[in-house]
Amino acid sequence: MDAHAHSVDDIKKSVKTYMMVFGALMVLTIITVGVSYVHLPVVAAVTVALIVATIKGSLVAMFFMHLLHERKVIYWVLMLTVVFFIFMMFVPLLTNSNKIPGTTPGTMW
Amino acid sequence: MDNVTTAGHAPAGSHAHGHTSHAHVDHHEQSFVTKWIFSQDHKVIGIQYTLTALLFLLFGFGLMALMRYQLAFPMQPIPVIGSLLGAANAPGGIMLPEFYNQLGAMHGTIMVFLGVVPLAVGGFGNYVMPLMIGAPDMAFPKLNMASYWVYFVGGCIMLASFFMPGGAAQSGWTSYPPLSVITATNGQTWWLLGMICLITSSLLGSVNFIVTIVQLRAKGLGFFRLPFFVWAQFVTSFLLLLAFPPLEAAGVLQLMDKVAGTSFFLPSGLVVGNRPLDISGGGNPLLWQHLFWFLAHPEVYVLILPAMGIVSEIIANNTRKPLWGYRVLVYAIIFLGFMSFIVWAHHMFMTGMGTTMNSFFQTTTMIISIPSVIILSALFLSLYGGSIRYNTPMLFALAFLPMFGIGGLTGLPLGLAPSDIHLHDTYYVIGHFHYVVAPGTIFALLAGIYYWFPKVTGRQMNEMLGKLHFIGSFICINGIFFPMFIQGLHGVNRRLYDGGVQYAHAQPVLHWNQFMSYAAWGLMLFQLPFIFNFFWSIWKGKPVGSNPWKATTLDWAATTSPPLAHGNFETAPEVFHGPYEYSVPGRAQDYLPQNQRD
Amino acid sequence: MEIPYTVDVRPDTGLSNGKFGVWLFLASEVMLFAALFSSYILLRVGSVEWPHGYEELSVPMAFFNTVVLITSSVTMVMAWASLKMNDFGKFRLYLGLTILLSFVFLIVKYFEYSHHLHAGEGPWHNTYYAIYFTITGLHGLHIIGGIVVNAYLWGPGAKMWQTAKERFTNRIEIAGLYWHFVDLVWIFLFPVLYLL
Repeated sequence: MDAHAHSVDDIKKSVKTYMMVFGALMVLTIITVGVSYVHLPVVAAVTVALIVATIKGSLVAMFFMHLLHERKVIYWVLMLTVVFFIFMMFVPLLTNSNKIPGTTPGTMW
Repeated sequence: MDNVTTAGHAPAGSHAHGHTSHAHVDHHEQSFVTKWIFSQDHKVIGIQYTLTALLFLLFGFGLMALMRYQLAFPMQPIPVIGSLLGAANAPGGIMLPEFYNQLGAMHGTIMVFLGVVPLAVGGFGNYVMPLMIGAPDMAFPKLNMASYWVYFVGGCIMLASFFMPGGAAQSGWTSYPPLSVITATNGQTWWLLGMICLITSSLLGSVNFIVTIVQLRAKGLGFFRLPFFVWAQFVTSFLLLLAFPPLEAAGVLQLMDKVAGTSFFLPSGLVVGNRPLDISGGGNPLLWQHLFWFLAHPEVYVLILPAMGIVSEIIANNTRKPLWGYRVLVYAIIFLGFMSFIVWAHHMFMTGMGTTMNSFFQTTTMIISIPSVIILSALFLSLYGGSIRYNTPMLFALAFLPMFGIGGLTGLPLGLAPSDIHLHDTYYVIGHFHYVVAPGTIFALLAGIYYWFPKVTGRQMNEMLGKLHFIGSFICINGIFFPMFIQGLHGVNRRLYDGGVQYAHAQPVLHWNQFMSYAAWGLMLFQLPFIFNFFWSIWKGKPVGSNPWKATTLDWAATTSPPLAHGNFETAPEVFHGPYEYSVPGRAQDYLPQNQRD
Repeated sequence: MEIPYTVDVRPDTGLSNGKFGVWLFLASEVMLFAALFSSYILLRVGSVEWPHGYEELSVPMAFFNTVVLITSSVTMVMAWASLKMNDFGKFRLYLGLTILLSFVFLIVKYFEYSHHLHAGEGPWHNTYYAIYFTITGLHGLHIIGGIVVNAYLWGPGAKMWQTAKERFTNRIEIAGLYWHFVDLVWIFLFPVLYLL
């Protein structure tokens, strides 16, 4: 049971919020597609795409998944996950830096 | 407040779900199938996991016993069993290298994924943990049942792979590509399918364990009153939850490489047998290693943490005093669990990563040894000043301490990149990890079986047979694994199907192969008194009351032996103090159960 | 003894078992897709050449699919909100729409896949298509899983509304959390695979 939504009025307010989030998500989707047509240089393109995606994802998580009003326990689990997520994404890539070139056949490493 | 009927008491398909129920326990009749086969009761599921896992441990041990014949007497026909293996595996009874590799890969896989973890977590965790926290069952009984059966299916797939044309997986339990992908037989594909089942089983189980421990603790049972066993299972479940998915992903990728013609792990320009392979290329073999070890390193902590939990309970109980440094133990195990996620590439020191990353992983690996040492020290210190009872579970628990010590210490030169250059992929590594898992974890699991047997069956196992089992196993197990350090330091490589016979540098230490094999077969013989004792005692063991060890924790203090079939407790227990109130000064009795106010 | 907190929340954690369980499951799913994204990064960065998404794949189709999936997330949360407002009819409508939109997504995906496969651009063609098919395929399997769960809750599972309203509403919320997560993954998948 959500602490924040008891009465029908509260739910009606939430519905308004959901619609606004829906609108924001549509706008952000159009933006991200639009930007892709500009063909920015790699670093900028990746940065913009990931920022927009993160904003969209956060909106879904915070409002549709009620994360904004969720309990501490859930936040702790997710923060722990995010730490390991970051490791999983970046560390394998980092192991490819300052390698002795030519040590992995068939790739540019 | 409405207490709605839960899944745990609705038999499969017999009446409508979701009817509001009352506070009493359901007493409807269950069929044999829903009571013993597709049971949702954590105790039955725990027993299912235990028996299945023990069978797999025996089978995995058998595979090794076979390998050790080849290592002791290379290229000699294996007596009796040799003729049964078939011409594809051992023509004339002489083991083919491919078959040796199958035995090796499957020994590791079966022991780790089908034996030790299902016993430690699925068996002990499932049976004991809900009792220890005063819960009527796990939070999701249906999920629990599903976890077991998916594990069972995974195990069947793994076993079946031996009988497929071409045999089982033969590229090590680590399944490194390109070898695992380019090997022409299908054993690896079956291995991958089996692993997907086992990983799924594990994930479902870990969700169940975490929710149960957080949500279903009895009244008064705050986190810092939990027995250390529960903390160990709790941290282990987080490791399983967050570390296994990357291996599931990697398994899917390797499966795609094998059956869909992709090249996730196959680099361009690969030439096999003088012919370039017809693949799309562009893949990275190291990608597999990263994804695999991202799981497999936390996996080794999954192997040891429940063992530490079991040993802690047995030590506190048999010294009649509280564990030394309970809070320190808890913080250490949490830190250990966290660190276990960021050390994985110490398995990859020799893959050509740059010195920066080598140093990073070497550093985190050295840091992770600190909480391990803290835990081991706290357990040693717990013995000081204790009134030690030397029963069979305690003997195994005591032996765990120095054995884990040796295993842990021998890990240090492996975790330091410069020394790892010489020791990597040698028998030193095999000796190291077997010391932690075999006289380490498995001894702890055996201790746990002797300890909790009376709770499950209401009877005690025979002490004399137990002590015989212990002495013989302790001597033989050291006989198997200690010489491995010697061979490893001499540079004998692992996974050599002839034990190193062809290498000049191995000659001075080759004689140890026969010694180790005899020790291995001796170890197998000394399990016979245990197997006999286990089954005989179920029917003929000395009947005991509900708390024969005079323990303080809820599993002993608040339940019957065996515990009540439905709901475990007559009334929900309430907890009034910590888990190790032994020898409290001024009290007549040397133990104060957790659910006893005064 | 019955298992507590299947519907009511435990006072000190503020959670019901099911909600806690599904968030833990989602945490593990984050790690699953993290591994796949990490593989994508490693393979792309290590490659000699790698096409831009918009050169190989249909951005308009994926844009349409993104709109479809986000809309299905809205209808999913509206289904839950309808139950909270005691409107079973609206719930049925919204959940039905969610399922319908999920099928639309899959149908578009089918057209996308068959176009590439007919052109010989299967996962065996090169590593770019290998990772494209694998990630979207696994995501697609998650969509199918969601359809199965949602269809059950729309059909036979909805009987629970008659006997245990709160418990059923909880189930819809939990199914919704899973569904929003599937949408969330796509929100990242779409730019990474199609726009970069």
